Amino acid sequence: MSESVKLLDVQHVTMEFHIGGLLGGTRLVAVNDVTFSLERDKPEIFTIAGESGSGKTTLSRLLLRDLEPTRGRVLFEGRDLSHIRHRSEFKEFMKHVQPVFQNPFETFSPLRRVEDYLFDTAVNFGIAPTRRKAAPAVEEVLSQVGLSLAEVSKRYPHELSGGQIQRVSVARALISRPRLILADEPVSMVDASLRMEIVNLFRKLRDEQQVSILYITHDLATAYYISDRIAIMLRGYVVETGLVEEVLNDPLHPYTQLLKESVPKPTPKERNTWARHIELGATEVKEYGRVGCKFAGRCPHVMKICREVDPPDFVVGERAVKCYLYADKTALVEPELAAPA
Amino acid sequence: MSLLCVKNLRAYYKTEVYGISRTVRAVDDVSFELQPNEIYGVAGESSCGKTTLIKVISSTIKPPLKVYGGSVTYNLGRQFEVDMLKISPEELRRNVRWKEISYVMQGSMSVLNPVRQIVKTFEDIVETYQGIPDKKAFREQIINHLKQLGLPQDVLKAYPHQLSGGMRQRVAIALATVFHPSLIIADEPTTALDVVVQRGVLQMLKDIQAQSHNTVLLVTHDMAVHANVADRVMIMYAGRITEEASTEIIFNAPRHPYTQHLIRSLPMIGDRSNKASLKGSPPNLANPPSGCRFHPRCPLAFDLCRTDIPDMIDLGKGHRVACHLVREGT
Amino acid sequence: MIKVIRDLLRFDGRFRVAFVFLLAVFTLGLLSLVSPYDPTRTFLVPADLPPSSKFLFGTSSRGQDIFWWMAFAVRNSILLGLLTALVSRVIAIAVGLTAGYRGGLIDRILMSINDSFVVMPVLPILILLSFLLRGQMTMLMLVLIMGLFGWPWDARLIRAQVLSLKERPFTRTAVYSGTNPVAITLNEHLPFVLPVVFATTINNLLWAIGMEVTLSVLGLSNVTLPTIGTTIFWANQHQALVAGIWWWLAAPVVVAIILFLGLYLLFSSINEYIDPRTRLRLIGG
Repeated sequence: MSESVKLLDVQHVTMEFHIGGLLGGTRLVAVNDVTFSLERDKPEIFTIAGESGSGKTTLSRLLLRDLEPTRGRVLFEGRDLSHIRHRSEFKEFMKHVQPVFQNPFETFSPLRRVEDYLFDTAVNFGIAPTRRKAAPAVEEVLSQVGLSLAEVSKRYPHELSGGQIQRVSVARALISRPRLILADEPVSMVDASLRMEIVNLFRKLRDEQQVSILYITHDLATAYYISDRIAIMLRGYVVETGLVEEVLNDPLHPYTQLLKESVPKPTPKERNTWARHIELGATEVKEYGRVGCKFAGRCPHVMKICREVDPPDFVVGERAVKCYLYADKTALVEPELAAPA
Repeated sequence: MSLLCVKNLRAYYKTEVYGISRTVRAVDDVSFELQPNEIYGVAGESSCGKTTLIKVISSTIKPPLKVYGGSVTYNLGRQFEVDMLKISPEELRRNVRWKEISYVMQGSMSVLNPVRQIVKTFEDIVETYQGIPDKKAFREQIINHLKQLGLPQDVLKAYPHQLSGGMRQRVAIALATVFHPSLIIADEPTTALDVVVQRGVLQMLKDIQAQSHNTVLLVTHDMAVHANVADRVMIMYAGRITEEASTEIIFNAPRHPYTQHLIRSLPMIGDRSNKASLKGSPPNLANPPSGCRFHPRCPLAFDLCRTDIPDMIDLGKGHRVACHLVREGT
Repeated sequence: MIKVIRDLLRFDGRFRVAFVFLLAVFTLGLLSLVSPYDPTRTFLVPADLPPSSKFLFGTSSRGQDIFWWMAFAVRNSILLGLLTALVSRVIAIAVGLTAGYRGGLIDRILMSINDSFVVMPVLPILILLSFLLRGQMTMLMLVLIMGLFGWPWDARLIRAQVLSLKERPFTRTAVYSGTNPVAITLNEHLPFVLPVVFATTINNLLWAIGMEVTLSVLGLSNVTLPTIGTTIFWANQHQALVAGIWWWLAAPVVVAIILFLGLYLLFSSINEYIDPRTRLRLIGG
């Protein structure tokens, strides 16, 4: 078995949408030439951070095989996702890659008991032969997330708090013993006091269960707290990637710098810097259609070339930055980013 | 002279469906005051009662919500006192709404008519509340107002869906301030917005407050926003106030265990130290815990907490706490 | 089930009225089992007698006790309505769920068939069919034909509901739980669709009974079979109104009104009860 088979290998993935009628209409490139990978034997938490319209949601759908990329490929454990045709192959894939969704109160049908989903998953993926025999498996994953079957038994979603439902949602994702969990904004709709329990849970899963987690969020503070590596997305491009401590403590790309500055710190000490004036665009669609770097319209360091040609990835240390400010640092090479040692 | 004085307010939702009656004690004995020329933050999580509180003090009370006690009095200057609970809808519409008290909500689409141009929405609203004697002069007024707020004029001719979320929210704020009201109630105004856009919108709110010296009541669960915007903060839990103080004190020296936990558990870039979460889940307001409603989740709870509701203790310098661990003068 | 009825009786005025009405009508229908007269025979009692203590609804020009005739009429009309509703429900649910969830070509094919049926003018076609099948028109035939026309509207409603349910996150959760499409449709979507189904069932029932009355009055169904409609048919045949035998027409009309009102009130009170939102309020959401 080749040891270079990666857990997840995203190769130059591009997703284009055609909006508007059959005649005319425009092309919206939601995901543009994104490349990154996760190693098989080194579980990590990889954050994809971006604001609305950055393409992170589309990217997560591509990784769950909800969509097929216009260009490029997504390989899971060496197998191209677009080669999955039959339901049985898809089921095999789902066993190893599970999602956790954003809205806890929409994740489960309000008319069904939440435990039913747990039992369904256990039976459908062959963890247990029948519902009756699935109780031990369900009990086990619930305890991994800090709950018990007694606590959630016979409950409907609205009888549990947002935090509890998200934990059940993670438990459901764990039943089939996945290698990768895709968490799409898992805590943005959870109360602040309960957020940390979910986020701490992800850390625990990485350390104790050897599960890799793709954490998709706009919240840089929690991303800093738990991730190993981070990729910052802007209008479909990954503008900066690297170890989270490096990227967020010392951001290179002007957009990352703006993002970091704009996150309000939970202390009144630096109020005045945060209150410094910034320009906001009136519409977002204009930025999509822009030629060249998508940030050129707002960038304080913009140069002529930025407005003309899309910047490629420049390697700076262990990071990749799509910015001409670093053009003199290294040769234009597509980096094969190694996971942290 | 305080701008708004809320005393011992009780507002519950009472429903009766097929023989099952439930009382949700959303606001249970809440007292606080708003001063002129400040940004006052109300923090708390889901089911803490802050949304109900806003509904009551802006007089949008509809069944099954009903006020069961207390008073809400505004002092809008020049002997203009308004008892919010007794005022007639006519009086409210003509003299108070939009002129003295206006409202900015999460999701600007609730206030911006999707099928009307922005300028028409402006005119529609003013027409309803005041009547526009001179259309041309009013247009001038709107354009000036937008200019002051740093918004481009061509926003007026646009439809809401043509603008970005952040721009819509700023237009909603412009709409709310066109009459320079004494009080702006902002209910989670930036919760759905991107972080950079949030910064712009909140800056605008701060600028408006600095220019007109009015009061902004900012309701949000995001403590970091309060840290950077509010002058004073009040924390609500399960329908009651647990602590109220200046932003400095709330973040640097909170006394209530709930506040302490909230502040300690906030993640921050540059800090990877372990942060614990609170055990348990938010209380059920239809069946709240006895005594201090926080006691099931409080790491410092003792016997008294289970039986007695803690009184609000005044610690001076505007710092009030409701906790049995805090004694007068400590 | 008993608890549900008890709750509704206690708290919903509409349900109480509906309960009384329908109980009266169903009892009348059940009485047909103990009828002293055979409805296919005529001139068993003196004709044209007004309502009295001996003949509660009077007698007809054909020498039949209208009260006992109505017992059979009510039973048959209701049975007819129920069977038609059942047939069209089954088709509507199957078509609606499949078209909604599968989408694509299957959806387009099913919806074209659906729309063709919607567009066809029902009454003239039913009249034509009944005319052609005059001799062989049995209750079963009538049920099948009406059932075939009763499903299109509702199938579209159900399909629309499924289309929106498909987009909701819990459908994705079910997909990632490994559930196959049929199970998703039945376990996740059907509970939301049921209130719609229920509403349309009663609607369909009313439509079916009404349609049967229309056809029978025109003499296009099996006129020897006692139903509400054929009662009116026979009354017209014997020019009851002109002859002053008003009770012969009053009986089916009044019974029909009570039946329809009862069904309608039942529909609106149960519909509110099984609405997921009400259920959530009940459970405490």
